[in-house]
Amino acid sequence: MQSHRSRHVVPPVKSATGIVGFDDITGGGLPYRRTAVVTGGPGSGKTIFSLQFLTHGALNCKEPGILVAFEEPTARILANAESFGWKLAELRRKDLFFIDAQLDPDVIQSGDFDLGGLLAALAMEIPKLKARRVVFDALNVMLAMLPDAAARRRELYRLNEWLLARNVTGLITLQTNTNTTGALGQQPFDYMQFMVDCAVILNHCVVQGVSQRNLRGVKYRGSGFDEDESPFLIGKHGLEVAVARTRIRADARVSNQRVSTGVKRLDTMLDGGYYRGASVLITGSPGTAKTTLSGAFAEAACERGEHTLFIIFDSEYAEVIRNLASVGIRLDRYVKNGRLRMIPARDITVSAEIYLARIKELAAEHKARCLVIDPVSTWSKSGNDLTARSVAERLVDCSKAEGITMVCTRLLDEMFSPSERSASMQISTLSDTWIHLNYLVQAGERNRALSIIKSRGTAHSNQVRELILSATGVTLSDAYTASGEVLMGTQRSEKERTERAATEAAKAVAKLKRVRLDAEETELVARLKSLQTEIVAKQLEKALLVSITERREGEVSRGRTQMRALRGADVAVIDPK
Amino acid sequence: MTQRTTYQFRLYVAEGALNSVRALANLTALCQAHLPDRHKIEVVDVFHEPQRALEDRIFMTPTLIKLAPAPVRRIVGALSETQTVLLALGLQ
Repeated sequence: MQSHRSRHVVPPVKSATGIVGFDDITGGGLPYRRTAVVTGGPGSGKTIFSLQFLTHGALNCKEPGILVAFEEPTARILANAESFGWKLAELRRKDLFFIDAQLDPDVIQSGDFDLGGLLAALAMEIPKLKARRVVFDALNVMLAMLPDAAARRRELYRLNEWLLARNVTGLITLQTNTNTTGALGQQPFDYMQFMVDCAVILNHCVVQGVSQRNLRGVKYRGSGFDEDESPFLIGKHGLEVAVARTRIRADARVSNQRVSTGVKRLDTMLDGGYYRGASVLITGSPGTAKTTLSGAFAEAACERGEHTLFIIFDSEYAEVIRNLASVGIRLDRYVKNGRLRMIPARDITVSAEIYLARIKELAAEHKARCLVIDPVSTWSKSGNDLTARSVAERLVDCSKAEGITMVCTRLLDEMFSPSERSASMQISTLSDTWIHLNYLVQAGERNRALSIIKSRGTAHSNQVRELILSATGVTLSDAYTASGEVLMGTQRSEKERTERAATEAAKAVAKLKRVRLDAEETELVARLKSLQTEIVAKQLEKALLVSITERREGEVSRGRTQMRALRGADVAVIDPK
Repeated sequence: MTQRTTYQFRLYVAEGALNSVRALANLTALCQAHLPDRHKIEVVDVFHEPQRALEDRIFMTPTLIKLAPAPVRRIVGALSETQTVLLALGLQ
């Protein structure tokens, strides 16, 4: 047996589809000069997929293509393609050929047949056009005419072999009745997926009243691919497949630059502001000034001359501008000079995917450096939590990749359900800085408190600050902490006043005490002096006493000697020698 | 239906395909049984005349087209179900 080890194994070359994201998932596109099959229910985007594959080939890969359409007439396909901005009519002259293989409804079938006519037509057109890509759109329509499963299988096999022999990249789309992404072996044309080199399933379903589209690679011979379902949407320029990680651009721009939050004190708390390209999450109950804080950020960004995109879900944009003006944040001038673009997006019936696509599009259009989404929580309402999370993830990814600083607000209801809490927690793990706003109700007052829950890579204050909104702007103030209690608002100022009074009183008392002590000291010093004088007097007295006594003793002894002499006493007694 | 009407057929075949051979045999037998001396059969091989096949929008072979008398009818397949074919051609 001959060894093949020496032969250099090259990974299969890919045929780029030009579909955003799909080429990422499959590592380059469909298998080059092999056949791929795309299955999906009605309206799942099969025809758009195949058209995009052909257009991209003809326009960008120098690979002319042929479309064999079994379901739709050429004119309709062309009209539909116009809406995506593909100039098919121009391409059709030399790089695209359409075969309208729609079946005549009156045609009668009797006995076995094959696709000989089609192959003959292709055999003529492929060399004429130098076609490198051939698409069979809705081949199942034709297959359904065949009398039995064995014949269907035989024709598919023949078609596949025929395409392989002609060195063209083939794409077959098949309609399935059910719109499920069932496993292999459950589809009507499942054997097709065994035969070809690459199989993709398009799925279109409705989750909680919101349309969701998913795409999944089932197999890909000789190539790695992303096996998970990837959401996609039919956008302005065709299909767009959502990819969780844009591998090429990951870690593209990590900036150490800081951008202002729009609130001076908050910048200090964050050691200089947000990082450029960071994702910031502001959470809080309704009315905790989330919008105000994000408005302050937007204003600061516009002041720096950066293009900013402000997406509002909850209210009208004129209202937001008016409301923010009341706290000294004037956005209207930036809207007028075009630096700030405010987009109201109140309709909540679109899927999170479409939101994401629109936001990306708008950000690119506006060349936005800063992005505000207020509030991002609207997303979880549309569709399921899972998609909302993956969308948020991709939003963070894509804004990072573009170096866009993003501020999102999220409503945290005090009565939120555990599931909502978990969802919000998930989003919060994605963000770099998380600022939480809440109310403190004390002594008949409701005051706003701000705290930084986290801020990656930034020294940040652990203090709760009081957020004060006034006509001159947004300010932060120290909250008063006393015996484990945080005081705010009037209570804080009252407490501060009491404190001031107490300090003054204490000062006076201390002064008094000092005076008193001074007096006492002086007194003691005086006493010390008089005592010292007394000591000196006593010492003198003592000396006097000693000298008097000595003198008297001398006189006595002298007197005694005198007496002895006078009496003539025995001398020997006095001198024993 | 008048007895004098001549039936005009065009049968598209694919060279060498078994079902094409069978279709031609079935058609010939049928014409001899039901339309003796008043039929014309033109056989076109799609691989020899692909342009013509494409213009006639022939994708499946064999395909029989009854050109006359009106209406024009198309029957796809080996024409193995005689009853169906006769019905489609208006011969029964």
